[in-house]
Amino acid sequence: MPRQNEFPLLMELGAPGRRAYLLPQLDVPARPIDELIPSPYLRSEPAPLPELSELEVVRHYTGLSRRNHGVDVGFYPLGSCTMKYNPKVNEDLAFLPGFASLHPYQPEETVQGALQLMYELEQYLCEIAGLQRATLTPAAGAHGELTGLMLIKAYQEDRGEGHRDEIIIPDSAHGTNPASAAMCGYKVVEVKSNDRGGVCVDALREVVGPQTAGLMLTNPNTLGLFEEDILTISELVHDAGGLLYYDGANANAIMGKCRPGDMGFDVVHFNLHKTFSTPHGGGGPGSGPIVVRESLIPFLPVPVVERREEAAQAGASLEEIPSQFFLDFDRPKSIGKVKGFYGNFLVLVRAYAYIRSMGPEGLRLASEDAVLSANYLMRGLSPFFDLPYDRTCKHEFVISARQQKAEGVTAQDIAKRLLDYGVHAPTVYFPLIVEEALMIEPTETESKAALDAFLEVMFRIAEEAKESPQGLTTAPHHTVVGRLDETQAARHPVVRWQQGTEEGTPNDHR
Amino acid sequence: MSVPANLRYADSHEWVKMEDDGVIVGVTDYAQSEMGDIVFAELPPVGAEYEKGEGMAVIESVKAVSDIYAPVGGTVIAVNEALVDSPELVNDDCYGDGWLVKLSLPEKVELDELLSPEEYEAQIEA
Repeated sequence: MPRQNEFPLLMELGAPGRRAYLLPQLDVPARPIDELIPSPYLRSEPAPLPELSELEVVRHYTGLSRRNHGVDVGFYPLGSCTMKYNPKVNEDLAFLPGFASLHPYQPEETVQGALQLMYELEQYLCEIAGLQRATLTPAAGAHGELTGLMLIKAYQEDRGEGHRDEIIIPDSAHGTNPASAAMCGYKVVEVKSNDRGGVCVDALREVVGPQTAGLMLTNPNTLGLFEEDILTISELVHDAGGLLYYDGANANAIMGKCRPGDMGFDVVHFNLHKTFSTPHGGGGPGSGPIVVRESLIPFLPVPVVERREEAAQAGASLEEIPSQFFLDFDRPKSIGKVKGFYGNFLVLVRAYAYIRSMGPEGLRLASEDAVLSANYLMRGLSPFFDLPYDRTCKHEFVISARQQKAEGVTAQDIAKRLLDYGVHAPTVYFPLIVEEALMIEPTETESKAALDAFLEVMFRIAEEAKESPQGLTTAPHHTVVGRLDETQAARHPVVRWQQGTEEGTPNDHR
Repeated sequence: MSVPANLRYADSHEWVKMEDDGVIVGVTDYAQSEMGDIVFAELPPVGAEYEKGEGMAVIESVKAVSDIYAPVGGTVIAVNEALVDSPELVNDDCYGDGWLVKLSLPEKVELDELLSPEEYEAQIEA
């Protein structure tokens, strides 16, 4: 563990009186602060804010960023997170002042370009999903899930089937699926996987029924495997009166190859921050649009972007009709607003730029290359690691460190050791149905040379597990900080810095 | 892996110890070792009733969150309050101070359905 002064906080840097800027002279009469703010809300003494020069602040954050790992720095095979490279042209477009400087309360006629972008992005997502309309407002994946389930609930209630209170979820699902269903007031019914890693259709038959509101499915699933029985699954759920929800976490495998709408899904979620190449991994912002079938359109959240048809049909140009696109709030059956304003708009700009610059052929090629890269790595790793489901995978796959565990080396140790080689750790211990799971997603943006370099590193680690396991169980050795005590951090997290203490104050985490 | 001879076991890796007024339930050595360092235990309220196989507690480790199932049906008559502040007791002493829940005396038929130490040992070795 590093000593604290190796990584000083802003609070520990600087000195009284240091500053970056001088504010201009006040050009209005000064008024005492207690005339402006009621006394209960005023501090009795000034807050202990850090005082630093601009250079100190720049060095602090640049120093932190150099200790960080991102896809711009190295390989990032974090399964199910699709850490693909984000082309910088997306950033250029998102920084255009016409997008970046908009205010959400601007009059409609002054934001026609932004509305047109949202309108067209919705159409692109509908085409990729094979469905009819979308909402772009959800802030990220789990928020999209909740919105999608609220749409299913509104649909079932509207047709007098509001008593349906169960959502079926496979045991390989992302943990957010049951959490979103529970949040939406549903009972979660788990359905087992079969020995090929797909949903067990016989088990599904037993749990589907008149109480089923819907089924949530990721396809390809979290094992990176395509659901071979998807059409049967879809028929079973629809025959019982339920709807199908598509978790788009793994949509990077299917762009332009197949469409969830054609598979029978009624509600489709995409993570723009994964599949459509907008930066993520540092906590967002993300974007989780929801695309729906015709029957669910009335329930979509407000607002949706509409086009004044008559104006468009008359062939009028945007200049002639200043507000051809408008935000429609007049939707009586809508579930309402799910987020302030219109979603994370600049993420939408990046996704739009990505889709437009790739085009249909480019998106299809991206999915093909993502799948090819994953299969190449899976075959390359299979001599050294257990492959619990030996099938052609899609954009990701799961290996097990069972063999290595016999030598006393766990999936976690392998993940930590990868950091020493400058590779971000894969997702570990997920999905839960695979013992000592390592979930690897290379994405389409890595060269064959980069994939071969990763295979070489994994081969070396497999050798180390046999020959010098102690080097693995104490890894990483070459990173800025060594193996952290995750157990202590979870049992006694220190969440608040306090002046003059070495470690802050331990806080109970409940 | 330790599998004490005086206990009975569920195939979902809970152990059951018979007492005069009820049964003590905990997780096995195998289960605590698979889960890894335990950081939080969510125990049921006293008085809650569970059928055999129903989730009655949740244990969170650094690796995952795991449901703990009632190995036999019954009413909760006591819970191990010490786990609130010291969840690591489950790792340190899973058959002793790391017990989870005490249930009312179950139906004899449900007790008979539990695994013997030999049967459970065979299961975890498989």
